[in-house]
Amino acid sequence: MTKFLLPLGIFILLAVVLAIGIHHSPDKGIIVSPLLGKAAPAFALPNLTDPAREVRSADLKGRWYLFNVWGTWCGGCREEHEALLQVRRAGVVPIIGLDWKDDDAQALSWLTQLGNPYEVVATDHSGRQAIEWGVYGAPETFLVNPQGIVVYKHVGALTPEVWTREILPRLSKVPAAAGSS
Amino acid sequence: MRRCVQIVLFSACLALASARVALAVDPTELPDPALQARYLALTHELRCMQCQNETLADSPVGLAADLRREVRDQLLAGKSDDQIRAWMTARYGDFILFRPRYSLRNAWLWGAPFALLLIGALVCWRVVRNRTTLLPGDHEPLEEDGPAR
Repeated sequence: MTKFLLPLGIFILLAVVLAIGIHHSPDKGIIVSPLLGKAAPAFALPNLTDPAREVRSADLKGRWYLFNVWGTWCGGCREEHEALLQVRRAGVVPIIGLDWKDDDAQALSWLTQLGNPYEVVATDHSGRQAIEWGVYGAPETFLVNPQGIVVYKHVGALTPEVWTREILPRLSKVPAAAGSS
Repeated sequence: MRRCVQIVLFSACLALASARVALAVDPTELPDPALQARYLALTHELRCMQCQNETLADSPVGLAADLRREVRDQLLAGKSDDQIRAWMTARYGDFILFRPRYSLRNAWLWGAPFALLLIGALVCWRVVRNRTTLLPGDHEPLEEDGPAR
């Protein structure tokens, strides 16, 4: 009897360790952002639709916003476009776009053809701003609160399910701030 | 003679193959050999986040090139290796490091091999001890089993 106790013990130990590993492993290759709970990166970037002006993080302080990283070269971005337009129509929270390593002319024609879900779009030709946000694959969407803290990040195409399950509940927790947009 | 030619050809192929890879992915040359060595070491221990099983040095994708440019620029700006690693992990998390950090959270990771070694040694010791105590009582060794005296 005791002969089996040691192997059984080792087996249970191994099973527990592996279970913890599986539980904590990134979900389908999604990496938890170290930015969560921290201040969103500050930026002052060229405005895609109005080259004379800049898109500045300082101007966004005091209200909720979604920060959506996209590009016309990105398949998932085309996929989520309809969902973004729905978010725009809902009018609960503005979407700030970051056009990542893209061609301005192509980006503009994309927005004219498919509709523009963004309040404003900043361009990031060098890719430096995307790195500041820890972006590793577009599309990625961040939810930033009025204090400028990143409270949620979604990797991959945004869907109505993600919107209702993950984003809306976070916004309705602080109704006063969400209403100011 | 033929063997010699074979060896020369083989080494030439190897050299060409490795040169091609190096050129294709990352042609970056830093002005100072010491910086270049640190650049190579860092880009080989940081992960390409887009194609997650490759290092920055080996990956041809755009994001890896952008991150290599960051490593280069920060080296040229006089940043230390640790500062560059910290800069990367602040944005991409510990996952970007191929070599896990020594931290309390990672203690089990670094400790596990030694714990396993200890368990193995314990098992080994028990088995050996059981052998020596069992054998003389259970079976008298037969005359023909032993080595010829």
